[in-house]
This record gives sequence, structure tokens and C-alpha cells, in this order.
Amino acid sequence: MAAQSKAKTASLSDPSIVGRAVLDSFRKLSPRLMAKNPVMFVVEIGAVITTAELAHDFWDRSRGIGPATGIGFGLQISLWLWFTVLFANFAEAMAEGRGKAQADTLRKARSETTAHVIRANGAIEEVSSSKLRLNDIVVVSAGEFIPGDGDVIEGVASVDESAITGESAPVIRESGGDRSAVTGGTRVLSDQIKICIKSNPGETFLDRMIKLVEGASRQKTPNEIALNILLAGLTIIFLLAVVTLEPFAIYSGAPQTLFVLVSLLVCLIPTTIGGLLSAIGIAGMDRLIQRNVLAMSGRAVEAAGDVDTLLLDKTGTITLGNRQATVFTPAPGVDEKHLALTAQLASLADETPEGRSIVVLAKERYGLRGIELSAQSPLFIPFSAHTRMSGVDLDGEEIRKGAPDAIKRYIQERGNKISSEVEEIVKSIANSGGTPLLVARNRIVLGVIHLEDIVKGGMKERFEHLRAMGIRTMMITGDNPLTAAAIAKQAGVDGFLAEAKPEEKMALIKSEQAKGKLVAMTGDGTNDAPALAQADVGVAMNTGTQAAKEAGNMIDLDSNPTKLIEIVEIGKQLLITRGALTTFSVANDVAKYFAIIPAMFAAAFPQLGVLNVMRLHTPQSAVLSAVIFNALIIVALIPLALRGVRYRAAGAEALLRRNLLIYGLGGIVSPFVGIKIIDILITSLHWA
Amino acid sequence: MKNNLLIAMRMTLVTTLLFGLIYPLAVTGLAQLLFPGQANGELIQKGGKLIGSRLLGQAFSAPGYFRSRPSFAGTGYDGGSSGGSNLGPTNKILISRVQVEVARLKAENPGVPVPVDLVTASGSGLDPHITPAAAEFQVPRVARERRASEADIRAVVTRHSLGRQFGFLGEPRVNVLELNLDLDAAYPSSR
Amino acid sequence: MTANGWFQIAVFLLVILAITKPLGVFMTNVFTRKKTFLDTVLRPLERLVYRLTGVDETREMSWIEYGAAMLLFSLVSMLLLYLIERTQQWLPFNPQKLGAVAQDLAFNTAASFTTNTNWQAYTPETTMSYLTQMAGLAYHNFASAAVGIALAIAVIRGISSREMKTIGNFWVDVTRSFLWVLLPACLLVSLVFVSQGVVQNLRPYDTAQLINPYQTQATGADGKTTTQTVAQQTIAQGPVASQEAIKELGTNGGGFFNANSAHPFENPTPFSNFLQVVLIFAIPSGLTYTLGRMTGSPKHGWAVWSAMTVLFLAGVLTVFWAEARGNPLPAGVDQTPSSLQAGGNMEGKEVRFGIANSALFATVTTDASCGAVNGMHDSFTPLGGMVPLVNIMLGEVVFGGVGSGLYGMLVFVILAVFIAGLMVGRTPEYLGKKIEAFDVKMAMLSVLVFSLATLALPAIAAVSPRFGTSSISNPGAHGLSQILYAYVSATGNNGSAFNGINSNTFWYNTTLAISMLMGRFLAVIPILAIAGNLARKKISPPSLGAFPVTTPLFTMLLVSTVVVVGALTFFPVLSLGPILEQVLMTAGRSF
Repeated sequence: MAAQSKAKTASLSDPSIVGRAVLDSFRKLSPRLMAKNPVMFVVEIGAVITTAELAHDFWDRSRGIGPATGIGFGLQISLWLWFTVLFANFAEAMAEGRGKAQADTLRKARSETTAHVIRANGAIEEVSSSKLRLNDIVVVSAGEFIPGDGDVIEGVASVDESAITGESAPVIRESGGDRSAVTGGTRVLSDQIKICIKSNPGETFLDRMIKLVEGASRQKTPNEIALNILLAGLTIIFLLAVVTLEPFAIYSGAPQTLFVLVSLLVCLIPTTIGGLLSAIGIAGMDRLIQRNVLAMSGRAVEAAGDVDTLLLDKTGTITLGNRQATVFTPAPGVDEKHLALTAQLASLADETPEGRSIVVLAKERYGLRGIELSAQSPLFIPFSAHTRMSGVDLDGEEIRKGAPDAIKRYIQERGNKISSEVEEIVKSIANSGGTPLLVARNRIVLGVIHLEDIVKGGMKERFEHLRAMGIRTMMITGDNPLTAAAIAKQAGVDGFLAEAKPEEKMALIKSEQAKGKLVAMTGDGTNDAPALAQADVGVAMNTGTQAAKEAGNMIDLDSNPTKLIEIVEIGKQLLITRGALTTFSVANDVAKYFAIIPAMFAAAFPQLGVLNVMRLHTPQSAVLSAVIFNALIIVALIPLALRGVRYRAAGAEALLRRNLLIYGLGGIVSPFVGIKIIDILITSLHWA
Repeated sequence: MKNNLLIAMRMTLVTTLLFGLIYPLAVTGLAQLLFPGQANGELIQKGGKLIGSRLLGQAFSAPGYFRSRPSFAGTGYDGGSSGGSNLGPTNKILISRVQVEVARLKAENPGVPVPVDLVTASGSGLDPHITPAAAEFQVPRVARERRASEADIRAVVTRHSLGRQFGFLGEPRVNVLELNLDLDAAYPSSR
Repeated sequence: MTANGWFQIAVFLLVILAITKPLGVFMTNVFTRKKTFLDTVLRPLERLVYRLTGVDETREMSWIEYGAAMLLFSLVSMLLLYLIERTQQWLPFNPQKLGAVAQDLAFNTAASFTTNTNWQAYTPETTMSYLTQMAGLAYHNFASAAVGIALAIAVIRGISSREMKTIGNFWVDVTRSFLWVLLPACLLVSLVFVSQGVVQNLRPYDTAQLINPYQTQATGADGKTTTQTVAQQTIAQGPVASQEAIKELGTNGGGFFNANSAHPFENPTPFSNFLQVVLIFAIPSGLTYTLGRMTGSPKHGWAVWSAMTVLFLAGVLTVFWAEARGNPLPAGVDQTPSSLQAGGNMEGKEVRFGIANSALFATVTTDASCGAVNGMHDSFTPLGGMVPLVNIMLGEVVFGGVGSGLYGMLVFVILAVFIAGLMVGRTPEYLGKKIEAFDVKMAMLSVLVFSLATLALPAIAAVSPRFGTSSISNPGAHGLSQILYAYVSATGNNGSAFNGINSNTFWYNTTLAISMLMGRFLAVIPILAIAGNLARKKISPPSLGAFPVTTPLFTMLLVSTVVVVGALTFFPVLSLGPILEQVLMTAGRSF
């Protein structure tokens, strides 16, 4: 992970963020902002009502100052209700805090620069970067900032993108291919490139990124909207229950004060989740940003949690980038060491990763050091697409290595044949998913090199985890079906698409979606763009083309395709955190009832004391304890809301059992303990 | 929508005819054919006049009869106005009513606890039964009044005792009307 | 609590368990138009009905049209019932020459029977002619049950279908409910009832000559007390058995007589009683299997069934325990069970049923939205009476009313899946269908309607001495329970009552009728909307990551959701009603 992302892992212990959050929590008291959160808005109204009632009591001492209506009691209730609102605001402000700090850094990178625009007539004109338009061509030299997002159309340059990715090592950007996209605000370190600008001012990647991390453009996600409806509905039901309780209490001859009724209401409505809901959402997006993933919408993050099928490219994601030589299999009658030496000779000039791996294998297996050949005036034969062989001519001997059919033809031309034993070896290697290379010396085949795709360590376990989570992984590869099947088996994926072309990839996504599944994929090339757009979660690599980045709904700044798995986990974690705190919040109500209801009617009906299972000291202390618990639990859960509930890869049943136990049962039990402790404390402090 | 309104009207008429008239009349016909006694209330005739139904309780106030439970159907066991007292468990009227009954019963059979069904009203107000305990409680008084031995009276009670249906359903019970009719036949009392 | 009592309850549950699958399979076949053994007789009758009414049985309806057809049918049939009540004095089958039913009472009764509530603010023996009972009231027992079943089937279709715009044809579903599900069973069962002694005739009331006339005191209009001798007993008659069968099978509960199933002519023997409780649960229990079968997940059906059973057992255990303990207030009464008596709190209960069967009946009738009673709930101990009240407050989802129980439970399923579903890290899914904002909104709306009618109206009544508390017959905490029970029962479309309350007043007749209509129609429209919305969705294939709805864990979750939502809404008022009364009774207080 990049250095910068560590720096932005702010926490409750970061004084500057906490300071700003405290101020913000007061600013957020504005009813216009509060109205967006119906649960906390009700609490604020409750706080206003009790405060007004308190003022009324204060000016008019003649009003009944009975045991439950003392100024001290009313004052404390009113204060704690205000605290409840403030704590919820604080949670949201804390969640926003990290993003705001990061946005400030990004803004610095957005500072205006001068762009050198090449006009149609070839003249170069200096223009402020904010005046650049779509399809303007600019030239950027070493040391200059790239003035806007675009594609390199000419030249190669190393670019410092640390302002965006946090990665300090420079990256190569070049025209054509899949590494042509550059981002405004990054700096060219060497060489000179021509760039075609692909964004209008104010719509650049940096602008969007700032908005994203700041949460300014944050829209409620579908699940969040649904959850808000549920919470609003519960709030209305409890409002009904409390409002109607007063007539029932009057009938029973035990009318209640406004303080007690408002306290009951505030304790019952789901303030815990209501107060933390938006913080959870912001923090979830923030967790992605910390992992250098930009989600263009919250919807995408939620969709990540719902993903059923992951499409992963084989190369670079499931396997290490390149094939490696793993075994030398000699032809009958040939010494294996001899084969190794010959293969090494044939590869000495081969700078491809495969070639190098052959040299390394020979060295590791037989201690064969590279022989100093220059004295023998070797003639190196480089690999060509035409011959599909490479090798060396040395001391009148022709040494060659290459694909089986190429070597076959080469030998046939020289009047020889490949033995059936060698054919067998070639076939078995191909069947096992490897790539066979034949080695020949003077028209005689010495043996076969086994090139293998090396599956990255730990992938099999990861796929097993995913399977346990109910997610299928599909490997996408250009290999032939045989090779693909073997690697798929080795890697432990659930399926594969061999000889994949972009349109087949697209068809696969559509067929999965038709079955009701959600599909996630990564991509970087321009021809990935349609599939990225079609997939429910499309993660574009930052190194990829502009088209790919436009099509996906997430961008991985680290360009690490394996990160898709982490993204899925973050999506799930976000949903789990919401569900867990909702369950906890609702479960809390049981204990609050047992605190408040007996307290309300203790004066009129002492017999109802049997319901006072916590044995709280006095009716006032009971009500106050419940209200204080209700407020403090929000603060206590802020770290959990920001960090997210710990996620374990497991099936739904196991997850549900675990979370129900912790947050359901825990939600029922913990307030009994908490309220009792608070009651003991405030009684000993003589608050009530 | 207009079509559905028309269908709704026709459907109401057709199904009312089918289920509101044809069905109950068919059941009535079949019932009268198959179970004429039961279908008409298991009425008991005596000397040519109707004296009650085997299924409906009656009030008995004379000391020589086994008493039925208290009743709140009309003025008591009114088959045209069934119902219970609907007094709540903490209603003073209920408590004092029960206490009055208890005191009266204790006087006639001192030292024996009063079975609960004898002092509580049934839900229908037409309960034809009392528990074996309530019958047993009354045996000494009835025997006294009818100048019979308690064992003789108990034998009559046993004749009209019903066990649980199929051995497990419901509770053991004694049909008061039938018991009293039988007593009148077997041990005519002086009233 | 006696061993035999437990045994009877256990046998009851086993019988319900045994009939669930066959009934569920049968209903699945009926509503998916597969062959059933009754087709040869009923198919021609069905065709005849369609021809007479102009129904096109191949037409499919959107949820809106389905709902509109349901409302129109209910409205038209409700108007007809009102008309019959108001004109019964001129119509046939009126041997007692009963007059027209009063306007507000007729409205209340029409609403009551159309909504499957069968709240009775009248004494049937002296109010309703045989024609009104048969063609008006018993007919609506059929109609409202058929509508309920149709709605449940439509909702199940919504869950099980894939990317569909329609949820079936209301008229077809109703007709098939009428003909296949209700008619054959009722024909058979009513005759079994007759064999047990349930009357079935059209004769005028009989008059018996008492062998032991008794004296009674009556207070005349002038306030003077006179002593009268009563020498006769009126014996009310009527076509009872035919109504009794559908009253239980359709979870209607409206008694032919005032005393309902406590009346010996409605429920003469322990066997008839047993049959009645079984009938009440039969269709709702079978529908859980239909749910499982039609959605292709029989285990889900059983998981829902198990949740219902857990709640049923909790209820019956509590009532049985509370009633068997008896009433501690009167002294010198022997309430202990023995071989000679069942003991316990016998006020309002029949000797032939004793405590166990009364507890069972009270639980079953309020678990389901039946409302028939074989004992008077008003006279139950506070705790024993609280269970029926709470059962209705939970939304009558413990098996529940025919159809309404299942679709009511599905609201809780959706809430449970939504709240806990997030905890598995996915958008909540129910049988492969994503539960989204619209579904949650509709589910909450349905719950809200219920809470509004069950809390707001009694709150007004409780502080209104002139029209509210004046109807109370039991003072103190019990009076609050009476008011509460009335509205809860009406909104829940149950129809049982703390019967001492005088609800035949203008205020109660009208507000209770409104509650009944709200509880039935306002609550079901959002559920139909959910069905229509679910029908449109894709079904994602089952996977390990999908929310499990077939396991014991789900059953437990569903039970908790039902209890928590219900308890949280009603705990405050319960604490001032039955709970307060119970602790005061234990402390020896009376009112």
C-alpha cells in the first residue's frame, strides 16, 4: 500500500480531524441538515421540546415540581438529548474528516498550470489549464505538470503520479496500447509527450476524485435508502406507541410528564443506527479510498457485496505474469544435463522472461553457469514470428529451441523426424496445462522444456474463501481450452473462458446476468470497455486507457487486478456493518422498556416494580440512565462504524449465526448491563 | 375496471345463491335425513310436552335436585339469550358473587371445599354439565332431601357421568338435567 | 396443568402436522390448475360460474387490477349484506319475525363479515333472521375466506414467478377457493358436526316447560323490583352446522349464537371442539406448505411453519398455565385439578372443555384470525387473557387467518430478511429476490396501518368518558384491556372480544367498522404491491452467500422479529392493561 494512504488512515486519535469534527457536529444541528435523517431529527425536536418545557418550568415555579419533574431532572434529560444529537453528528463529521483532509491535499495538485497547446496550424500557444477543451492537443516536457486528463498520442515518458495514487515510483506512459492514459495534476519526469485532452474543465478525474473523497457528491445507496425507510417506519410506530401511551396513562390515573415521554420516545426509536448510518456509508467509501480504489458511486460498492461471479484475467491476476521453465525432459538416450546445457545455450541471448527462466532453471538444477561464449564468436538467432524459434550457432553447431511444430518443421527440412517418445512428452505437457518447448542440436531433438504458468501463492485458498462466500470465480484467458482447463484446475477456479475474445467476455457477462447473477471484473484495455460497462462492478486499472476508466464504475489506482477480491470484501463489510448496528439498535429497546416502563408507573402502581428487573434505584435514575446509555452507545460505536464490522469469509448461514449472536443477543444483553452501571454511577454522584 | 365491476356483481349473486342458499339448504336436508334427532337439538319430551334439550342446561333451585352452575344467559339458562357473565377476574362483582355462593354452599356441606365450577358461570350460560366433583359435593344434600342413601344417589350420578371422549378428549362431566330426571323417576322427592 | 391436557394439545399439534402437507399439495394443485380428484365434479361447476359471471379464465392480472377486482367484489358483496340486514323483516326464513337491523349495527356487521372479522356487536338469537345468517353472514364466511386464500396465492405467485408483470386472475383464484378448498370440506364437516349434536334446521325457536321453575328478580322501567317466576326455557334453533363448518374452516368465527362455540348447540362435545380447532388451523397450516411448494423450497415452507408452531406453543403454554392456576381472589374455592375436576379459573368456561381445551381454543382462535370462542376471554385471568390479545397484536401470523395469516407473516419475513439479511453482507434476498426500498416501504406501511388503528382509536376511547369508557363493564386495568381488545380484534380481523364491553353504540360500531376495513384492505394493498413488485424481479440462483430461509436459524430469526416488532409496539399499553391487572391481582387487589 502506498505511503500516502497510511498517512490518511486518520482515527479518533488524530487531533486535527477530531477538532474539525467537533465544530461540524454543532454546525450540523441546523434543522435543514437534520431533516435528512428522520430518526435524529425526531431526537432534535424532542430536545427542543424538553428544553422549552424546562424553560417554562423555570419561569413558572408553580408548575408541578413533583418527584419526576424537578428542574435538575429536566435539565439533565434535555442536556443528554442534545448530546445524543451531537454525538450522531460527531460520528458523521468524523467519517467525513478523513476525506476532507485528503481532499485538501488533492486540491493542491489541481492548482492551475500553463498548457502548451498545439493548434491546427502547428503553432504552440500557451493557455491556462482551466481553458483546455476536449480534444485539444498539448505537449508536455520533463518537469512540467500534465494540464488535464487525456491519452498520450506521441512519445514515451516517465510520469510521477504520486499526487493521485500515493505511489512514489514513477510510471511509464506511452502512446498506443493500454498505458496511454494520463491524469491531470501529475508530473512528467523525463522526455516529452503529446497528449490529446479528454475532459472539459471541472470534469477532470482530479475534480471527481476530490468530490468523491469529500463525500460532497455522496448519494444514498439503494440499501441505505431502504434502511432509512425502515428506520423512519419504526420511528413512526414508536411515536404512535408513545403518544398514545399518555391517554392510556391518564385512564390508569398515572399521567406522565413531557420529559419522561420524550425520553421514552428517544430511547425507543433506533437512534443508534440512525445516528451512525451515514457515518457507516462514508467510512465504507473511505475504506476503499484507503486501498487506493475510487468508486464512482456508492451503488457500485454495494453491488460489490452482492457479486456472485468474479471474472478474473489469468495473466497477472491468477498466475504470475509469465510462464517459467520448470522441468527438462530429455529424449530417450539423452543425458538430462546435456539437455539443460543445450537449452541454456539456446536461451542465452533470449531476453524474454521465458528465456531467462530457462537459464535460471539450468543454473539452479545443475549449477550450470553461463559459459563465456564471446571467444567462440557465437551467432545468436533471435526469435522471430516467422520461424518461431530462437537459438545460437556455435562452433558450426546449430542449437535451436522453439514451439513443437516449429522445431518439427525445422528438423523435417533437415531430413529427420521427431521420435514418438518425444511426441508423447509434448502431448502430456500440453495436457497438464504447460507449454512444451523443443530443444534441438544439429537436427536431433534432445528433449523438451516444460514451461509452466505459475499460479500465484495463496490463490487457491482465496478462491476457496470466495466459494464459501457463495462467489464463483471464472478465469478469462487467451490460452487454448486444454491449457486453460489445467490451469483452472490448478488455481482452483470454478470455471474458465478459454481463447477469450472481448465479445465472448461480454456474452459471458450477459449470460451470467440473465441467470440473475451480479458480475464483477477488472479490465484495462480499450476493448475491455464494453464489458466493464456491462459488468455490475467494473474495476478499471489506473494504468489502463481512458476509455476503460470511463466505462468502469471503479478505478484501482494501484492497478492491481487481485484487488477485486478486497473490493468485494469491503462491499460486504459495509452491508454487514449496517445490518449489525440495525439489529443491535432494535434489540437494545428491550432493556430500555424494562428500565423506563416500571419507572413511569412506579408512583401510581408500585406493584409494577416486578418489571424493574435491573433494580434501578429510583424512577428518575432509571429514565436518566436509559437516556444516557442511549446517547453514549452512539459514541461507543463510532469506532466500529468507521472501521466496519470484522468480516470473515464464510457462508451466509455461518455469518448470520455469528452476527446474530454478537449484535442480536449482545444487543439485548448489553444495555441491561450498561444501564445498571450508569444507574449505580449517577446515583452515587447524586445526579438523580 | 368496468368489466370487473360487472363481474363482481354477477359473482356476488351467483355465489350467494350457491353458498348462501343451496349449500345450507342441502346440508339441512341431509342432516334431517341422516341425523334427525341431533339436527333438531336432541329434545326431551315427557308426557307429551317438551321439557328441554339434552344439550342445554337448566336451572334447578329445589334442594332435592342437583344444581347446575350459575348462569348469565338471560335470567338464567335462557336458550334464547346465551352468554357468560363477562366479569373480569379482578371485578369486585365477580368476587363477591362467588363469595356469596361459596358461603351458601358451605352451609349445606360444611368442611368440604367448594368445587370451582359450582360457583362460576359458564361461557354459554347453558352448560348442561357439572364436574364429578361438583356432583359429589351435592350428593349428601340430595340424599338427605330424597331420603336415599348417598351410595344410591352416587349410583345414579355414575349412570349420568361421561368420561373423556375416546378416552382423552375433554373432561369428565355429569349431565344435570338427565341426572335430575332420572332421580325424579328413581327417588321421587317430596320437593 | 394436567398431563391429559398436555396430551390433548400434543395430539392436536400432531394432527395439524399430519394434514399440512396433503392440504398444501392439494391447494398447490388447485391454484396451479393441476389435476385434482375433485375435478370431474367441480370443473363443470367452475365453467358454469365463469359463464354466468363473464369471467375469462385465461386472463392474467397485474397486481393493481387484482387488487381492484378484490376491492370491487368485497364492496359489492358488503353492500348486499347490508341490504339483506336492513330488509330482513320482509324476506323469507324469518320464523322469529325479527325486525330490520339498525343502521350503524348493520354497517358494522357488514364490514365485520366482509373483512373476515365476524365481530358481533349484537345478540344473534334476537337480531338476525335465518336468511340473514345463511345468505348474508355464512355466505360472507365463505366469500371472505375465499378472498383471503386468493390473496395469499397471489402473493406466493409474486414470490415464485420470474420477471412477470401479472400475479394471476382474481376471479379464478376466488372461484377455485370457493369450489375446491371450501365447499367439499364444509359439506362433509357440517354433517359430522350434526352427528355430534350441532343443530341444523329452519324451525322456529322451541319452548320447553321447566321441571323446576325458578324465581328471579327483575327491575322494571319504573325502578321497582318485582319477582317473576320463570317456568319456560326458550330453545333457539337454526341452520347452525352449515355455518359452523365454514366459521372455523374459513377462520371467520362469527357465532350463530351469542355464546359462539361455548354454546352446546354450536359445540356440543369434546370431539366437535377438537374438530373445530383443527379446522381453524387447517388451511393456514396447509398454505405454509403451498408456499414452500410453489416457490420450489418446501424447506422454507416448513421453516415458516416451525416459526408459527413455536409461537403457538408459547401462547398455549402461557394460557394453560395461567388459567390452571386459577383466580386467587375468591376464598374457599377449590381450584386444584383432581380426578373429579379440571380446576382452575372456570368462570366463563364450559365443564366439558375444562381448562386445557379452553386454553387451546383461545390460543388457536387468536393465533388465527378466527375469533370463535369456547370460553369467555373477558373472564380469563389477566395473563391468560393477555395471550389472545398479544396473539392478535402480533398480526395473527401464527398460522393466522386463511390467507391473511400467510401474507401477514410474509411481511415479517421481509422485515426479518431485510434487517438481518444485511448481516450476511449482501443486499437482502428472499428466495432469490432482492428486497429493496419499495418492498420495505410497503411492508412498513402495512405494519403502520395496523399500529395506527390499534393504538390511536383506543387511546381516544380511553379518555372519553361519554362514549369511550362508558361502555366498559369491568373497571380498572381490565377496562383498558376491554377497549384495547376491541380495536385490536377489529383491526386484526379477529372478532373475538372481551365481551363485557358494550360495543353496540354509535362510536364503537363506526370506529370498529373503520378499524376492520383498515385492517383488512389498507393492510393488504401494500402486500399486493410487494407481490407485484417481486413478480417483476429476477431470481438469483441459490448460493452459499444467499440469505438462508430454510434453516432453524431463520425460524428463530422470524420468531424474534415477530415478537420484537409486536412487543415493542404494544408493551407500554400492555403494561397498563393485563400486566398491571396481573400484578394487582397477585397483590390481592380488585376493582
